Amino acid sequence: MRKIPFVISFVLTIILIWSLNKPWGAIPAFGKFISPQHGFWQNAEDATALTDLSLDFPQLKQKAEVYFDDRMVPHVFAQNDEDAYFIQGYLHAKFRLWQMEFQTHAAAGRISEILGNDPRFIRYDRETRRLGMVYAAENALKEIEKDPVGKACADSYTAGVNAYIVNLTESELPLEYKLLGYKPEKWTNLKIALLLKQMTRTLADFDLDLEKTNAKSKLSLADFDALYPPIADSLEPIIPKGTVFSKQSVVPVMPVTADSLYFEKKESLAVTEFTKQNPANGSNNWAVSGKKSKSGAPILCGDPHLDLSLPSIWYEMQITVPGSSTYGASLPGTPYIIIGFNNDIAWSVTNAGQDVKDYYEIKFRDASKKEYWFNNEWTSTRLKIETIKVKGELPIYDTVAYTVFGPVIYDQGFTEELAHGKALAVRWSAHDPSNEANTFYELNRAKNYMDYEEAIRGFTCPAQNFVFASRSGDIAIWQQGRFPARWNRQGMFVMPGSDSSYMWQGSIPQGENPHILNPERGFVESANQRAVDSAYPYYIPGDYTIPRGITITKNLSRMEQIVPEDMMALQNSNYNVQASFFRPVLLKYIKEDELDAAEKGFLALVKGWDLNNSAKSKATTVYQSWFDSLEVLIWKDELNQVTPQAPWPNEQTLIEALLKDSAFRFIDNINTTEKETLYEVVTSALKKATPELMDQEKAGTLEWAKHKNTTIYHLLRTVKPFARSGISIGGGGNIVNAVTHSHGPSWKMIVHLTDKIEAYGVYPGGQSGNPGSKYYDNGVDVWAAGKYNTLWMMGDKETKDKRVVGKIMFRK
Amino acid sequence: MKFIVATILTSLLAFAAGLYLPWWSIAIAAFIVSTLIHQKPWKSMLSGALGLFLLWVLLAIWIDSKNQGILSARISELLPLGGSAFLLILITAFVGALVAGLAALSGAYLKKLK
Repeated sequence: MRKIPFVISFVLTIILIWSLNKPWGAIPAFGKFISPQHGFWQNAEDATALTDLSLDFPQLKQKAEVYFDDRMVPHVFAQNDEDAYFIQGYLHAKFRLWQMEFQTHAAAGRISEILGNDPRFIRYDRETRRLGMVYAAENALKEIEKDPVGKACADSYTAGVNAYIVNLTESELPLEYKLLGYKPEKWTNLKIALLLKQMTRTLADFDLDLEKTNAKSKLSLADFDALYPPIADSLEPIIPKGTVFSKQSVVPVMPVTADSLYFEKKESLAVTEFTKQNPANGSNNWAVSGKKSKSGAPILCGDPHLDLSLPSIWYEMQITVPGSSTYGASLPGTPYIIIGFNNDIAWSVTNAGQDVKDYYEIKFRDASKKEYWFNNEWTSTRLKIETIKVKGELPIYDTVAYTVFGPVIYDQGFTEELAHGKALAVRWSAHDPSNEANTFYELNRAKNYMDYEEAIRGFTCPAQNFVFASRSGDIAIWQQGRFPARWNRQGMFVMPGSDSSYMWQGSIPQGENPHILNPERGFVESANQRAVDSAYPYYIPGDYTIPRGITITKNLSRMEQIVPEDMMALQNSNYNVQASFFRPVLLKYIKEDELDAAEKGFLALVKGWDLNNSAKSKATTVYQSWFDSLEVLIWKDELNQVTPQAPWPNEQTLIEALLKDSAFRFIDNINTTEKETLYEVVTSALKKATPELMDQEKAGTLEWAKHKNTTIYHLLRTVKPFARSGISIGGGGNIVNAVTHSHGPSWKMIVHLTDKIEAYGVYPGGQSGNPGSKYYDNGVDVWAAGKYNTLWMMGDKETKDKRVVGKIMFRK
Repeated sequence: MKFIVATILTSLLAFAAGLYLPWWSIAIAAFIVSTLIHQKPWKSMLSGALGLFLLWVLLAIWIDSKNQGILSARISELLPLGGSAFLLILITAFVGALVAGLAALSGAYLKKLK
């Protein structure tokens, strides 16, 4: 009897602790999470504390120092390469561990393992495995490890990351681990390769082959070409118009069956990619020579455009070893500086956008997928069983068949829509063995144009436009990657995979990739436009955009006596060049007398607009809504015939078509008996856009920045309190200042190659990945205001400089 | 007097335990103190609860002020407590108090059995 109060209170205590020690749905183990000595409170960093540490690691060969400036940018001084990359690994882990691991899990199709049982996560993981992401990483790792220098750097980097992980206590875990209830696993060299392939997927996975195949099945060839012209008229190519190209040395042969089995085949495929990369993943870069700059020294500029996220994709740092000091943006998850400069040269990259992924239709012998028909016989596949772990559930297994082309990404097992035993294999350049990491190792140490050329020569995928400038006065640009030499329109559609005649027949030789050194016009630039005009002999399809290249080329052509501030102004330019072409069409064909008062008001805004997508501009929102509405009226009726989805034409395509021909046949709505005119659709488009514009006006969101609501999401998009939204900034998708809702310049850099190099940079985030740190997002406002930080290439004698606010001494 | 000693001892022991042991060691601390310092069960419970309330509220306030409220603003939005750091600190203290109070109560009843 007397035992009862004890037993009850004791049991209740145990039950309470048990329930506070386990997650409930999305809520983490609450007792652990809220305990000030263990949970999230431990991640609330002291905002005034300065880093002052002494760390001993037997893995180091010699001693090394790291000095932090007031933005927590580390300036690393090491005596040899391995120590430098050990420290880079350690720092990446110290400030961005969760991000590195999460991104490499995503690359490996292991999201369900962390986030749990949700059909979207499972589908993402299955598609990622079937795309051959891990296969690609394994192939890359083999190449990295064949090279003794590359292997030593990778090993050291991995050791540095693990040195941090191994010393972490539970209360020191990054916040996201506490929220999601898991712990970091050991880092490996394979994860470096996975991180590189994740960037590759972001940049070189986009194509419209499936959608175009479906479009071909419903549209005439003439309509198809009108909707998707391969070369835009207004293109300002990277390599100036009028350049003479050497004859192509590789001449691929179109298969004899191409007409019947490829061009005229009218079969649609009921499959869509689940995860589609953002076609706007691109960038701007340019360099002006001493001829055009006030100082006589070249100026190089670059701003890569990616999904804006917190933690930021880039981590700024300096790495100094004897004989070489490099500064710039690094990627947590891999060693080296990816975009930056040293004491002699500077470089940056934009996405080439060439299509390096094709699909082949495969016929399996039976449901076992063990054999497929190829070159007149049943050929064995290599079967790989993928194990997809799911948090809180049993693992899922998926058998993926590998063919001579690559993995079969879509078949009866995935996705269900693909009927009648159809299967599609994917041929992707990212699978090919290559060592991209080596390019960055060499660029970090390059001293001149020859070094740069040598460094980029082996770079295969994701192809980039490498812009270059040297203190000695050279400027250059090279579209570098390994591109298949295609016969005209090869790969535009899904190809027959039953024999070798449709396979890629060799690559464009590296020297025949578009490139130029010290051009007459005194500048080089790229902004994801097609690299060359139609004079170039090879067929090079891709995801190209036109407007930014036009704006940049026009500006650089007319500018003289250029100073870095002029370059900042150009990177920040909100000028809407497309609107400069197209507004006259809208204003000419609007039937003003048919408009009511509200519509007239919106028209007046567009008339009075200065053609800048400024943050406070209401006219920008009206123009863009009017244009979008017009696009839908013109394209939707024809495109709706295509299932499941036709590719949406480029905005530039509509603009050029209407400028050339006001009786463009797509103006007519095929679902109505009358034949619409341009007057009618332009007017109707404004009328259709008006109700929503009026709602926005009432809600106070008509201003462009409010309408766009630029938001920097946390990598876990649903965790809103870790994001920054409502950022007041202008720009837009086809504007040099390429800021959209959640995509834009993730790093902006300007390097003035005077004797003592001056450099400026900024990114929308902060050095720390910890939402509890004041360095988590302290750069966002500077970036949004169009301002830049001065980048400090610290000298080894400057350790007492007042800019140094923290340090870590590394000892062996 | 006993009450004050028991309360403060609970706080100190819980803090020391928390440096090396998991979060639920606060229960062990409260349990031990209430078996050592003999009070009526409801007073023991109050000592335990108050001991942890004070410890966790002070730790949270101290951490929060050095952090300039950066993380508490985000977490209290996440939870969702409307962004109130005050509520977040209160809940922190309340959870600690609940666990320690119950543990202290069972310690007192155990003591009574002997």
